[in-house]
Amino acid sequence: MTSMPDLNRRSFFVSSSAAGAGLALGLTLSFAPDAARAAEVIRDTDGSPEIDAWVVIRPDDTVVIRIARSEMGQGTMTGLAQLVAEELDCDWSKVTTEFPTPGENVARKRVWGDFATGGSRGIRTSQNYVRTGGAAARIMLVQAAANAWNVPASECSAANSIITHGASGRKISYGKVAEAAAKLDPPKDVPLKDPKTWTIAGQPLKRLDTPDKLVGKTVFGIDIRKPGMLYAAVRACPVFGGKVQSFDGAAVSDMPGVKRVVKVNDAAVAVVADSWWRAKKALDALPVVWDEGPNVKVSSATIAQFLKEGLDADQAFVGNKAGDVKSALAGAAKVVQAVYAYPYQSHSPMEPMNATALYTPEHCEVWCSTQNGEAALAATAEESGLSVRKCDVHKTFLGGGFGRRGQTDFVRQAVAIAKQMPGTPVKLLWSREEDMTHDLYHPITQCKMTAGFDAAKNLIALHMRISGQSILASIAPARLENGADPVTFQGLSKGGAEGAFGYNIPNLLIDHAMRNPSVPAGFWRGVNTNHNAIYVETFIDQLANEVGEDPLAFRLKYLKPKHAAVLKAVAEKAGYGTPAPQGVYRGLAQIMGFGSYVAACAEVSVVDKQVRIHRIVGGTNCGHAVNPEQIARQVEGSFVFGLSAMLYGECTVRGGRIEQRNFDAYQVMRIDEMPKVEAIVMPDGEFWGGVGEPTIAVAAPAVLNAIAAATGKRIHSFPLKDSDLSAA
Amino acid sequence: MIALSINGKSYTVDAESDTPLLWVIRDTIGLTGTKYGCGIAQCGACTVHIDGVATRSCQVPVGTVGEKHITTIEALAQNGKLHPVQQAWLDLDVPQCGYCQSGMLMAAAALLKDKPKPTDADINAAMTNICRCGTYQRIRAAIHAAANNA
Repeated sequence: MTSMPDLNRRSFFVSSSAAGAGLALGLTLSFAPDAARAAEVIRDTDGSPEIDAWVVIRPDDTVVIRIARSEMGQGTMTGLAQLVAEELDCDWSKVTTEFPTPGENVARKRVWGDFATGGSRGIRTSQNYVRTGGAAARIMLVQAAANAWNVPASECSAANSIITHGASGRKISYGKVAEAAAKLDPPKDVPLKDPKTWTIAGQPLKRLDTPDKLVGKTVFGIDIRKPGMLYAAVRACPVFGGKVQSFDGAAVSDMPGVKRVVKVNDAAVAVVADSWWRAKKALDALPVVWDEGPNVKVSSATIAQFLKEGLDADQAFVGNKAGDVKSALAGAAKVVQAVYAYPYQSHSPMEPMNATALYTPEHCEVWCSTQNGEAALAATAEESGLSVRKCDVHKTFLGGGFGRRGQTDFVRQAVAIAKQMPGTPVKLLWSREEDMTHDLYHPITQCKMTAGFDAAKNLIALHMRISGQSILASIAPARLENGADPVTFQGLSKGGAEGAFGYNIPNLLIDHAMRNPSVPAGFWRGVNTNHNAIYVETFIDQLANEVGEDPLAFRLKYLKPKHAAVLKAVAEKAGYGTPAPQGVYRGLAQIMGFGSYVAACAEVSVVDKQVRIHRIVGGTNCGHAVNPEQIARQVEGSFVFGLSAMLYGECTVRGGRIEQRNFDAYQVMRIDEMPKVEAIVMPDGEFWGGVGEPTIAVAAPAVLNAIAAATGKRIHSFPLKDSDLSAA
Repeated sequence: MIALSINGKSYTVDAESDTPLLWVIRDTIGLTGTKYGCGIAQCGACTVHIDGVATRSCQVPVGTVGEKHITTIEALAQNGKLHPVQQAWLDLDVPQCGYCQSGMLMAAAALLKDKPKPTDADINAAMTNICRCGTYQRIRAAIHAAANNA
């Protein structure tokens, strides 16, 4: 993308096993000008000058905005471009985007900041510096025009990519002054606009990436083609922790198109052929003997037993505590208890894992769909044995990510294969079966909820005991804090900006008995808020019933103001408290997750044990709304993800391996089950919250509470397909 | 060698006759707009038109295609003009990640050819493709919009 002076690059100690490669790379974001800056203008591939790292202006006035985060459907690319364009005061119709490579980011001292795209952080953690990048570029363009006219910059203004000198009426476009602007020193004082004055950001603009996605032009990782490229199909030991003992490559080497049969590190074998189908056919025929390792007797039943023991274990990590729960429960007039279980679930993005790698002893390049370009770069360097400066990763669009593509296992495999075939680009593609059986799954948990009321029916105590898997222990143990996994308590924290527990209960204990089975867990869109919201919100609903109170009124007695406001908004829009259509019942849920306050009101009917979800009103206070239309789409889409999980999502374990191998056994929601979703986007302007994930968590409990209203039945074990829904 | 007609062009390809049409389209011909999602006709990401009929190309052995005409997403727009479903998808900004949308568009185009004014039930029956991003609500609206604009 960028041609630049050959900087004297440092080589870095890298380890992609840490959470974000950025941390491992030991670099911090700095707005100090690039080392190269003073020497010469940095140019894009077509020779157009970079005004600053975020903005290139072409002579024809095209505005190229650099996007560091990954685009996986969540619309971050368009939202980030809106923020830069807003401060740049450019013509939105002339905006295009490009992804800088992680290698360039490292070489330029992380001028684009963090590439990791997860945790609904894409916009909220970079909004300040991308806006600054846009504003700084505008200041430089205006200064360049002022210099040319020999007038003070303060007499000039910019709008729609045109700079105007007010006094003389002279006008000039950005493209005409870009060369001069690029040579200026970046401004030190860069004020940002008040969001209330936004005209590009904050608007319901169309996505920039839609046109290509309608004609088959968008390039995803799976679509990469390189001259002389070969294709690889891979099979890893089906049992987690197992290894390759032996394989008979000669048995398939005569099959059509087969070039090589290779071992891929300890746990996998791959066939490389001149087409993926030929590689896969040979792989299916390849005799492999596995050393299945120590986990071969692990099953869903053994895991459930392991977790059940944690529900009453003495030792647990405390996530949130107030008062004295034990005494309060002992003295309560009424105690209510429920025990829950939530299963493993597969991410199953529509694009299976893949990566294309080209290795030579001097250089290693990877092309892939990744949520974490820098981690992919670190993995490429480690696996190839080359220094970071001899490697690079080219990010493509992602055919879904949902957290799965924050990991780099597939990148390592591609490099490990390519390293055995120097000079030949190799595209590794996992079959759907490989993808579903070698995921890092939504963590498995159980939960025991115990509540106490006093004689006046006040909720005085709540003990939430989570027993189960820690994601950090599975994929980022360095991020554990004294052994505890703080991410477990998403939506349950005492306070803070990320996910504060909404209810004021005088005696509260939320703790986690960590139990880590052999099946690996990972970040899965919504992460721990998915089950935490189900546990809390269906139990709170049950508590309202237990004391004969309306679920909305009961919640509002205990909820903090911001949590309550969004719940009230969805209830009002849904018509909560007014009669529902015949046979239709309503259910509510709320949580704070990923920095946003969200809620839902679902309308459901249950006829002949069949659940029909008619309508869900979803609300989010995400602080600032960069593109309200795209946020509404994220609310809709997140409900599909959350409801698919609740209705069908379950990966079972037998013989140490996952049993579900494809979408026939692992069903997801389709269009016929899609409820009408109405989104309320209600930013209060006081903070920056996430968008892609938080609303997922409220769809399922709102529906479950509506089912309880319809049938009297409380579901405690998921997915719903395994439940008997007959009315109680 | 197998002869094929794809998007109005003739191709001769070197592939075993049991190779799924999907992989010939993607890897041999190089038309990558048609996607692989499951390989077992569950997800519909590989949907193409064979003589105008929406077909999941992962389940079609290339040796069985013969002289039938194959249309892929790359040729859904004709003479530089988007197909009505593509235009409706654009107007309603339907795609999120976009990976499933080639298959969705091909399925929707075939549906409208059979049923120019489809009901919601028609859409439910014809549009069984999987979208993990959850664009279903917009897809339904876009199909109705395309039907009304046609």
